[in-house]
Amino acid sequence: MKTRKRSNAPIFWGLFGAGGMLAGLFGPMLVFITGIAVPLGLLLPKDTMSYAKMLAFAQNFVGKAFIFAVIAFMLWHAGHRIFHSLHELGIHGGFFGKLICYGGPLLATVISAVVLLGLGF
Amino acid sequence: MSKRKPYVRSMDGWWKKNPYYVEYMIHEGTALFVAAYAITLLVGLVRLGQGEAAWNGWLEALKSPLSLVCHVAFLVAIAYHAFTWFKLFPLTMPPIMVGGKRLEPGVVVGSGWTAAIVAALALLGLVWRIAA
Repeated sequence: MKTRKRSNAPIFWGLFGAGGMLAGLFGPMLVFITGIAVPLGLLLPKDTMSYAKMLAFAQNFVGKAFIFAVIAFMLWHAGHRIFHSLHELGIHGGFFGKLICYGGPLLATVISAVVLLGLGF
Repeated sequence: MSKRKPYVRSMDGWWKKNPYYVEYMIHEGTALFVAAYAITLLVGLVRLGQGEAAWNGWLEALKSPLSLVCHVAFLVAIAYHAFTWFKLFPLTMPPIMVGGKRLEPGVVVGSGWTAAIVAALALLGLVWRIAA
């Protein structure tokens, strides 16, 4: 029987989709909270992102999963999209394109996992 | 190699000639902002892992005018990503059948946008409750 090589496209498309969905559902509000409301002291309590609160959040199982998913999936999403858009601009991917667009997210995934596990439960 | 040099029409800037493709390039371009924001968060996570002083340094950096301007740009671009992400659902998702009939594209897009608004408000409410 002839064995066929399975395409790896569904895996990367799945990661792209997961990140796009997370960015679509939570992205704008997350940016508003972490980058605008908290730094300017608007709307939310002053110590919303204090060290004690963020550490507790990152040590909680659900909090850990949320932080990991947001960072890792958003980067896989962006990398995949940028890789394919480079093609539209006449830059045809190649090894270095893949190294940056998929290697970058992979590295970020590993760093996030190591830091989050290091923070303990 | 052949010495022939056939004329190949340049594809440079092809997308600028049609508003539909200009919009396409803009919504694909939101990925740069998604990446920049995710990297900002990754730096924050690493700083959190380095202890209280490092974390407070990151929080201070977020208060700088440059950071605030960047985050306003992230907000606009990622909100546009959310808008177009669900707007394209009838093209990117398999048809959803309800009672033997295909769900109207307008209903699919509307449900997506509604889900995005509900998720955003739920997140704000949850953060507010945890922080209070």
